[in-house]
Amino acid sequence: MEPFTTHTGIGVPLRRSNVDTDQIIPAVYLKRVTRTGFADGLFSAWRADESFVLNIEPFSRGSVLVAGPDFGTGSSREHAVWALMDYGFRVVISSRFADIFRGNSAKQGLIAAQVTQPDVELLWKLLENEPGTEVTVDLREKTVQAKDLTVGFEIDDYTRWRLLEGLDDIGLTLRHTDDIAAFEAGRPARLPVTTPVR
Amino acid sequence: MTNHGAGRTLAEKVWDQHLVRKAEGSEPDLLYIDLHLVHEVTSPQAFDGLRLAGRTVRRPDLTLATEDHNVPTLDVLAPIADPVSRTQVETLRRNCAEFGVPLYPMNHAEQGIVHVVGPQLGLTQPGLTVVCGDSHTSTHGAFGALAFGIGTSEVEHVLATQTLPLNRFKTMAINVNSSDGTLRPGVTSKDVVLAMIAQIGTGGGQGYVLEYRGNVIENLSMEARMTICNMSIEAGARAGMIAPDDTTFAYLKGRDHAPSGAAWDEAVAAWRGLRTDDEAVFDAEIHIDADALTPFVTWGTNPGQGLPLSENVPDPARIIDENERVAAEKALTYMGLQAGTPLRKITVDTVFVGSCTNGRIEDLRAAAKILDGHKVADGVRMLVVPGSMRVRAQAEQEGLDKVFTAAGAEWRSAGCSMCLGMNPDQLAPGERSASTSNRNFEGRQGKGGRTHLVSPLVAAATAVRGTLSSPEDLR
Ligand code: SF4
Repeated sequence: MEPFTTHTGIGVPLRRSNVDTDQIIPAVYLKRVTRTGFADGLFSAWRADESFVLNIEPFSRGSVLVAGPDFGTGSSREHAVWALMDYGFRVVISSRFADIFRGNSAKQGLIAAQVTQPDVELLWKLLENEPGTEVTVDLREKTVQAKDLTVGFEIDDYTRWRLLEGLDDIGLTLRHTDDIAAFEAGRPARLPVTTPVR
Repeated sequence: MTNHGAGRTLAEKVWDQHLVRKAEGSEPDLLYIDLHLVHEVTSPQAFDGLRLAGRTVRRPDLTLATEDHNVPTLDVLAPIADPVSRTQVETLRRNCAEFGVPLYPMNHAEQGIVHVVGPQLGLTQPGLTVVCGDSHTSTHGAFGALAFGIGTSEVEHVLATQTLPLNRFKTMAINVNSSDGTLRPGVTSKDVVLAMIAQIGTGGGQGYVLEYRGNVIENLSMEARMTICNMSIEAGARAGMIAPDDTTFAYLKGRDHAPSGAAWDEAVAAWRGLRTDDEAVFDAEIHIDADALTPFVTWGTNPGQGLPLSENVPDPARIIDENERVAAEKALTYMGLQAGTPLRKITVDTVFVGSCTNGRIEDLRAAAKILDGHKVADGVRMLVVPGSMRVRAQAEQEGLDKVFTAAGAEWRSAGCSMCLGMNPDQLAPGERSASTSNRNFEGRQGKGGRTHLVSPLVAAATAVRGTLSSPEDLR
C-alpha cells in the first residue's frame, strides 16, 4: 500500500444518504476473478441515468466523493471498496460511515473521512456551484480544503497511522517478518509439506 | 480463550504452540499457519492482491490447491460449459503456476473436495493450524488440528505471511456419552451432530471452538469424527476439535505425507500430549445423551431445524419464541410441508450422497450396504458423488459403483456437486431432496429446491422407499 499524506482531486457531490453496498456494486458484478475491473459496476444502476453526477463532466474524472450520512451500509462485500478505488476514488467524505465499510476501506487504503453534515452541505454547494473544484485532503492535518473552505475530519488514530505509513494488514504483519522467520526456524522438521510425494 | 488456571484445553494448547507474537494491548495475537488449503472460488482476488502489491507466496510448500466447488461430475474430460466456472478454474491453474502452489486439477488422481483431500493425503495432522477460504475447514479438527474457515482478504494474508492476526476464541465442551460408548443401530455421527445443532441452535456455538468428547466420540472412526467436526460451523462455531488418539494415529500411519521412521515415533509422542488437561475449565459445556439418539432429519431451512425421523413436522403455533415461530412458519411454506405430517410420509424426488460431510469411503460403503439388492424407487433420482477421485477409485475397487448403478443410482466423478449446485448438479424449483450434505438453506441445492439433511443410511433407505426412511423400514 502506498503511504497516504495528501491527495488533491476533483470533488464529486453525491447528494444521497444511506448509499448501501448493493448500490455501490450490485451482486451481479461479484463473479469476477480479479480485484480490479469493478469500475464498470460502480453505482451501475444510477449510472444508467444520464443526469447522474458521474455521467457529467468534469465530475466523471473525480477522485474525492462527498456523500450523505450512512455511506456503505448493507452487505459486507469487500468489492464495494475495490470498485470505488478502481474507478479512481481515493477519498470518500461523509458524515457517517457503516462500520464494516470503514474497516474494509482501511484495509485497502481508501480514506473514509468523517465530517459534520453541515460541512458536507457546504462542500456540496461549493462543488455544485463550481464544477471541477479541486479538493485537498490532508491526512497529517486531518483537514479537507476546497477553495477558501477548510474543515476538519475525523479518522481513528490507528487507521491514520497505518495509512500515513502505507501499512495494510499484510504490510503490518510483514514488519514482524523476523518473528515469523524465528518461529519457522523452531518448527519441527517432521511437520508436513504439500510438495507432491509422487 | 481465557485462562482459567493451571490446566489448558486442547484448543488452547494448539493456539499457544503457534504464537508468533503475543498480543500487545488491543492488537490481536499473530498465529502461524501450518497448512493452507485453496480452491477456485475464494482465492482469485487473493492472488490478484499479491500481484498488485508485488508480493509472493511465503510458503508454497505449506499451501495446496484443488478444484472442487465448480467442477462438473459428468463428462469431466470436456471443457467446463459454464463460462464463470471455467474462468474460475482456469484462473486457479494460472495462479498456482505463477506462484508455485501445488495443485490437483480435475482428473488428477488426487483431485477432490479440499476437506477430503487434506486428510486422505495425511497432510491434516494433530496439533496443526489449518485454514482454507471455506467454512467447512472445521472438518480437519477431527485430527486435533485447530482448523477454521477464512475470508478472501485473510487468504491473501496467509499466502503472503503464512500467519494470521487473530483474537482468542472461547471454548465449549460437547460431551457425547452412552451407556456402552456406542450408538444404537442405524444411528451415525451425522445424527449426533444434527441433534447437537438442534439442541444449541445455529448460533449456539458463536465465538467458540467446540471440543467433542466422551465415550461415543472415542469409539468413532476418523471418518465419522470428520462428519461431526465438519458441521461445527452449522452451530455457528469457529472450529470443532477432537483429541487425537490411537484411532487417529492408525488412520495416519503410512499415508503419503505422514511422518515415518523415527519422525513417526517423535510425532506420536508429541501428539499424545494434545489433550485437554483434567484441571482445564471450558467456557461452556453441554451434554448429549447418545442412548436416546435415533436417526435425525431436518424439516426446515436451517440445520438447526431437525427432529428424530419418528416425529411429525412441527406445528409453528406451538413454538413459544417469536423469532423461532416466524422462522418455522417461513420454513414450512418454503419446504411445502404441513404441520403434523409424519416425517416418514415426506416423499422426495432426489437423493444426494456426497459432499465434504458424507462423501468418504465409509459413507459410500454404508449407503451401498443398505442399497445392495434393492432398487431406487420409481421417480427418484439418486446421485452418488465421491468426495475425491481417490475415494472414487477405492469404491470402484470394492465394487460399490456396481451396487449403486445396479440399484439405479448415478455414479459420478468427484466434487462438491449438489452440495451447493455451483456445477450443473442442481435441484429444480420445488424439487425435494434427501441429502447427506450440510446446508438446507433456501436455494442451496438449486433455486427453489427443498433439502432434508440426512445420514448416508437414511439417504439410501429413502432412495429405496421414496419417502424419508431409515434402514429398519426396509426390513
Ligand atoms: S462439499 Fe459443500 S460444504 Fe463441502 S466444501 Fe464443497 S460446497 Fe463447501
